[in-house]
Amino acid sequence: MQVAAVKEYAGTPRDGVENFHGNQLLYIGWDDHLMFCAPLTFPFPPTLRFGDIVEKVLPGAYGYHPDWARVDWSKVEWLKSGQPWTPHFNRTLAENGLGHKDVLRFRTPGLTGIQGSCS
Amino acid sequence: MDMQVPKKKLGLKERYTLMTRDLAWDTSYQPKEKVYPYADYEGIKIHDWDKWEDPFRLTMDAYWKYQAEKERKLYAIIDAYSQSNGHLGVTDARYLNAIKIFLTAVTPLEYMAHRGFAHAGRAFPGPGARVACMMQAIDEMRHAQTQIHSLSNYNKYYNGFHDAPHMYDRVWYLSVPKSFFDDAITAGPFEFIVSVGFSFEYVLTNLLFVPFVSGAAYNGDMGTMTFGFSAQSDEARHMTLGLECIKFILEQDPANLPIVQRWIDKWTWRGVRLLSIVAMMMDYMLPKRVMSWKEAWEIYFEENGGALFKDLARYGIRMPDCCEQIRQEKDHLSHQVWAAFYNYSAATDFHTWMPDEDEMKWLSQKYPDTFDQHYRPRFEFWREQQQKGNRFYNKTLPMLCQTCQIPMLFTEPGDPTKICYRERDYKGSKYHFCSDHCQHIFDNEPEKYVQAWLPVHQIYQGNCFPEGSDPTAPGFDPLAAVLEHYRLNAGRDNGDFEGSEDQRNFEAWRGMAKRND
Ligand SMILES: [Fe+2]
Ligand SMILES: [Fe+2]
Repeated sequence: MQVAAVKEYAGTPRDGVENFHGNQLLYIGWDDHLMFCAPLTFPFPPTLRFGDIVEKVLPGAYGYHPDWARVDWSKVEWLKSGQPWTPHFNRTLAENGLGHKDVLRFRTPGLTGIQGSCS
Repeated sequence: MDMQVPKKKLGLKERYTLMTRDLAWDTSYQPKEKVYPYADYEGIKIHDWDKWEDPFRLTMDAYWKYQAEKERKLYAIIDAYSQSNGHLGVTDARYLNAIKIFLTAVTPLEYMAHRGFAHAGRAFPGPGARVACMMQAIDEMRHAQTQIHSLSNYNKYYNGFHDAPHMYDRVWYLSVPKSFFDDAITAGPFEFIVSVGFSFEYVLTNLLFVPFVSGAAYNGDMGTMTFGFSAQSDEARHMTLGLECIKFILEQDPANLPIVQRWIDKWTWRGVRLLSIVAMMMDYMLPKRVMSWKEAWEIYFEENGGALFKDLARYGIRMPDCCEQIRQEKDHLSHQVWAAFYNYSAATDFHTWMPDEDEMKWLSQKYPDTFDQHYRPRFEFWREQQQKGNRFYNKTLPMLCQTCQIPMLFTEPGDPTKICYRERDYKGSKYHFCSDHCQHIFDNEPEKYVQAWLPVHQIYQGNCFPEGSDPTAPGFDPLAAVLEHYRLNAGRDNGDFEGSEDQRNFEAWRGMAKRND
C-alpha cells in the first residue's frame, strides 16, 4: 500500500530538485560535535567546487566551535550515506557524484568537542 | 372524547435513546456507501454499529447546561486574574515562554481536533459514534476558545503572543505539531479516532496536561491552571471515548487487529516525537519544577500506559515497537531538544536561556546517568560565552526528518554521541529520517509523506519571504525576510531571555507593584 485513499492517488513530491532555482540540497554533519544540534542543510549549485564548501562555507557554519581551528583536513574522514567516501576538493559536486539531498558526515580524529563530551 | 394523557417524565436511558440513536435513519434515496463514502476504504470492518456502547449517556441539552456552568466559573476566574494583574504573580518571566509555546503549538491543535472530530462524526455510519464525536468536536472548539481568551491576557504585556494562528502555518518548529494533526485529519475516520481519540487522548494527554496544569499552578499562573482544569473534565470523557472506540473496532472483526496495531505503533511514535517539546518545557522552562520529564514519563506512560496495554492484550494488542527506543531516550530527550531551540533561538517567537547553577544541579540530580557527562559541558560553555557577549546562534538551517519534521537532533539508540541518520530512496529521490520509526511510517504510506512541507526546504525554495521580495537583490537578508514572513519581531520576540524586553518589563512592573515610588 502506497497510501490509504478512496481512489487511485499519487502524491507530488514537494522537494524535487527543479524547485530549488538551480541549486541542489546537500546535508552536512560534523560527527562528535553536538553543539550544532543537527546536520545542516545547504543549497548549492552542482557546479560548485567541493573545496569551496570546506574553505568558504563551513567556516561560517562551524567556526564558532573551539575545535574548528584545530581540524587537520588531511586526516578528515568522510561518510556519504553512512559509507566511507573520498571527496575530490578540486572537482565540482556533480563530478564528485553528489546528487540532490545527499548526506555527508565528516569525522575529525582526535577532536571530541567541549571537554571530550562530543558537544 | 379527548383523553389527556399525563406527560410521563422520561428515564435517563429512554431519554438518551430518543435524543441520539432514534434521531438516525436508514437512507432510501441514496445507497449507504454514497452517504458514508469514507467508512470502508481504510479496511476496517464493522458488522453491527448497534454494538457500540455509549460511554457516557449525555444528551445535547444536558451537555449545554453542564458546559455553560463550567464556562461561567472559568471566565469569572480569568476576569479576576486579569483585573488583579495576575501576570505579575508568576514565578519569573521566563515561565511565560512555556505559555507562548502552548498558545502557538497546542491551541491550534485544539481547533484542528475540533475539525477532525466534526469530520469523523459525519463519516461514521453509526449514530452512537456520531453523537460522541459531535460532542467532542464542540469540546475541542471550546478548548481552543478558552485558551485564546485566557492567554490573550498575557498578550497585553509580553512579546511573542501576538499572532499564533499565522505562525502556526509558517514558523519552522510549528510545522511539527501542524504536520502531526494534518496527518491525522487527512487520514480516514477510523485512523483519526485511533490517532487522536486513543493514542493521543488516552495514552499521551496526561503528559501534556497534568504536568502543564500542575506546572502552571506551581508557577503562579492561575489563568492557565483554570482553563486546564476546565478542560480536564472534558478530557475524562474523551479518554473514555478513545478507549471505547478501540475496543469496539477490535471486537467487530479479527481482521481489524493488524490495522489498528499499525496505527497505534505509528501514533504513539508520532505523539512521543510531538511531546519532545513538552519534555524540554518541564525540565528547562518552568522556573519552579513540578517533576522531571523522565519522572512524568515513568508515571504516565510506563506505569499507566503499561497497565492499559496489559488490559488490551486480550484483544491481541501489544505495546508499540517504539517503546524500547522511547525508554532509552527519556534520559536525553529534554536536553537535546532544549539545545536545539537554543541553537535556533533567533527564529522563534519565544526566548531561550542557559540554566543557572542551581538548575544544573537539579538536572544532574534528576538525570544522574546522562546530564553531567553529555550535556553539562556544552551548557556551561554556552553560558560562559553568553556572559562574555558571544552568545551562540546556529546560523545555518538544520536538516529535518521527513516524517516528524523535527531537526535531526536525536542520537543513535545506545550511543548519545552520534546523530541518528536514516534514509531511503523512493521513486528516484532520497528521503531522510530521525529514526527507524519515522522511516517505517513513511514506508507504509510514501505517497503521503513525499508531500511534506518541510520549512527548511521551503525557505530554500524561496517560499517563505514576504510577498514581492527579491532574493536576488543586493543586500537581501534572507533571515530577516523569513522572520518578517513569520510576523516575528526580531530583537523583541526572539533570542536570549537575558536582556530581553520581557525580562526588563517584568522586573520593572513587579517592582512597581511592590514599592510606593
Ligand atoms: Fe482538547
Ligand atoms: Fe522523525
